[in-house]
Amino acid sequence: MDSTTLIAMASIVTAGLTIAIGGIGPALGEGRAVSTALSSLAQQPDAATTITRTLFVGLAMIESIAIYCFVVAMILIFANPFWNSVIAQAATK
Amino acid sequence: MRLSSDELILWQHGYFKLNATIVTTWALMLVLVVVARLITRNLEHKVHISRWQSLLEVIVVTIRKQIEEVGLRHPEKYLGFLGTLFLFIALSNLCTIIPGYEPPTGSLSTTAALALSVFIAVPLYGIAESGLEVYLRSYLKPTALMLPFNLISELSRTLAMAIRLFGNIMSGTMILAILLTVTPFLFPVVMSLLGLLTGMVQAYIFSILATVYIAAATRAREEEEDAS
Repeated sequence: MDSTTLIAMASIVTAGLTIAIGGIGPALGEGRAVSTALSSLAQQPDAATTITRTLFVGLAMIESIAIYCFVVAMILIFANPFWNSVIAQAATK
Repeated sequence: MRLSSDELILWQHGYFKLNATIVTTWALMLVLVVVARLITRNLEHKVHISRWQSLLEVIVVTIRKQIEEVGLRHPEKYLGFLGTLFLFIALSNLCTIIPGYEPPTGSLSTTAALALSVFIAVPLYGIAESGLEVYLRSYLKPTALMLPFNLISELSRTLAMAIRLFGNIMSGTMILAILLTVTPFLFPVVMSLLGLLTGMVQAYIFSILATVYIAAATRAREEEEDAS
């Protein structure tokens, strides 16, 4: 298998695995966060604005992990430096 | 397919390049300044004020109340910086409804610049509030052993702010572009709605996080006072 094929295959497989596995953790974490927020809202409806605001901030922090994985996957597919250098080499040949 | 509007060069003269991100940012700045100037030209004190002044008052009062609720005692000092952050990011994400528009916050350069401005503003506000010594001593706060971890956390949360905003906005526009080639019309409209909602939430998150970091930095003096 020559290096072009190897680089392409590794990039695509890694991109798929990154976003697939990377989405599991944040999804589970966000589910638990929202469920706890809902039960505390049911217990203390007066604190609704504080709970909602804290919930959103917490969700954004958890979401960042999924966003990091997504950015890595996008870079591997669209802005891959190894693939670009291999294509540049093939173009000059 | 390009990752962001950074790669769309509009004008070039030697080493000096103007890409679509910069031009869009300038256009947004112009819109914000002109609208604000026009509305605040004749501020009225009457009971019935004009609609536009009322809108501006709602925005300013809401941002002030949010800053106060997070724990900053004199919100006027921080209202300019934090309000501008929120309004710029919100307007930039809201305008994705205009066809042919690419949000400048979908480019890592803009979000890195915004995160860097927060990174510089937090120590500045902390030092202005508590003085240089107290602020620097807050880095040694639980024990002096925590100094490298405090420094690393400062850097990593700046990086996280930049990547969070970039990732959310860029993914919204990219998913829309991909979906348009697959199932036109219905699904892209729904994703566009989700993109608008995400944009507003991310604008709120960015400014609330900046507020929380500034509140943590300016609280250094209160803790010294409580301890002594």
